[in-house]
Amino acid sequence: MSTAMGVPEPGAGVAFVVEAPGMMTTLQDAGRLGQGHLGLPPSGALDGMSLGQANALVGNAPKPDCQTGQPQEFGALEITLLGPRLRLSGGRCVVAVTGDAEVLVNGRRVETFRALALEAGDELHVRRVLSGARAYLAVGGGFASTPFLGSVSTLVRAGVGGFDGRALEAGDRLPLSDPAAGIDHAGRVGERHLPQREKRPVRVVLGPQSGAFSHAGITRFLTAEWTISTLADRMGYRLHGPELKSAAGHNIVSDALLTGSVQIPGDGRPIIAMHDRGTTGGYPKIATVIRADLARLGQMKPGDRLRFEAIEPAHAETLWRGRQRAFRRYLAGLAT
Amino acid sequence: MMTPTYHIVPLADQGVLIDCGETIDIEVNRWIEAAALAVRAAGIAGVIGIVPTYRSLAIEYDSATITQRELTARLDALLAALSVGQRRSRRWRIPVVYGGEFGIDFDDFRRRHELSRDELIARHTAPDYRVFMIGFMPGFAYLGGLDPRLHTPRRDSPRTRTPAGSISVGGQQTAFASVEAPSGWHLLGRTPVRNFAVGRTPPILIEAGDCVRFDAIDGARFETLQQDRDWLPDWEWIESGEANP
Repeated sequence: MSTAMGVPEPGAGVAFVVEAPGMMTTLQDAGRLGQGHLGLPPSGALDGMSLGQANALVGNAPKPDCQTGQPQEFGALEITLLGPRLRLSGGRCVVAVTGDAEVLVNGRRVETFRALALEAGDELHVRRVLSGARAYLAVGGGFASTPFLGSVSTLVRAGVGGFDGRALEAGDRLPLSDPAAGIDHAGRVGERHLPQREKRPVRVVLGPQSGAFSHAGITRFLTAEWTISTLADRMGYRLHGPELKSAAGHNIVSDALLTGSVQIPGDGRPIIAMHDRGTTGGYPKIATVIRADLARLGQMKPGDRLRFEAIEPAHAETLWRGRQRAFRRYLAGLAT
Repeated sequence: MMTPTYHIVPLADQGVLIDCGETIDIEVNRWIEAAALAVRAAGIAGVIGIVPTYRSLAIEYDSATITQRELTARLDALLAALSVGQRRSRRWRIPVVYGGEFGIDFDDFRRRHELSRDELIARHTAPDYRVFMIGFMPGFAYLGGLDPRLHTPRRDSPRTRTPAGSISVGGQQTAFASVEAPSGWHLLGRTPVRNFAVGRTPPILIEAGDCVRFDAIDGARFETLQQDRDWLPDWEWIESGEANP
């Protein structure tokens, strides 16, 4: 790749080569927002807080998308439980991994929440996620992937975004956009902020179809301890616990779903819709998870337990604004 | 037209739902369509997305820019002034191969309803279907106006994969799928039309409020159209009142 002047571009030829892909590794940014009317879910990082931290550490500040004008995070690799082994080829770059993960560079353990300089030939191995379900790997200047409707997020089901619209496979080459952009950030350190450390109940606002359930049913939903089943992926989490019976039946005329919509299908076991969900669904929704608790939900995995707590929308809005203030403080507190 | 009874209910702090309740009704759906256009045209700062369905309109917002209280007040004012007029929409001609490997439930389906092959095709291709909503999967079109004789409960056990382009029937509805998806509906046929394509601008062709008419074709024609990368289905403008599902 070269410019019209014949001078190689700064990032030309710098890429990670995938030696082992990990369990489910995809490129994700903050998501393809506002496309539900096309049947397209938002996709994007399940733990948006950790994505933002990984980008901040390598100096990737959100920039307005050229199509939508909305600020968009750089895409980073979302790693699920077992991570990839990558080898850098063709030049230098800076990377940061956020989340609670065992990370090795050339076989030696390195810290997460720290911007690390890598040289050509270095091997970066995110061996496993230690707590929570996911880790994020950002690279200074970003990965080279063509945005679709304002986002590089991968939606495997539709073959959209990321690298060929799918999860990483061994032998893939992941080109970098502008690795020189991150070099100055090497050594930058951030506080280890892990959403999975929060143990309070997951907060929801009841509705939009909570009226389809008896008072006792809603009480059971809010008091039971629920366990994330093995059916848990980017599309949604099925929960185990007491059965919830809908008084008004388990089919409704299809209605919109959001990330965090809690549907109750015919078997009475809740499904929490996640980022790769359908855009509509035909089961009654007893509640919707608040924005501030979505990142924490994104770090949950099969076997994890949770309870729900109902709050009012205005309270949820206050919590979300508080979350954003905390994130700005985090960015201000990054140390080199 | 009459304004349907609606409620604006919270979707946590992520959105609000303008909900007309449990109904599949063309007048309600036209009101939803008009409301979606009006909300989009209003360009309310902080609104992230608008998802129209059969019977409701979800409006996603960011509370950093607008509170739910402010948004709800804006929507109430907008909806009070809403008028549903005639609107031009598109009528698409969608070619379909019925039966055989293209529609594996076709023969069971026609036997169940005691129809010959030709009778079933005639009944399924007769109506102008209204696209009640795009949802579930990218480009998946839910069509209203199915011949009551063809109403059929969904299959007991859903299939985990059905092919892209599937034309199916579930309950009172027929639908056409754009990407491979799980489905509990009866598969009658397949179209070479892909309503969702990543490389195309815009990525979907047929939108909520449009009209769809199916034309029966044979397998050879299907293969020809499928291989022609530049081929797109025909369409024409119609007044929204003309479609008669």
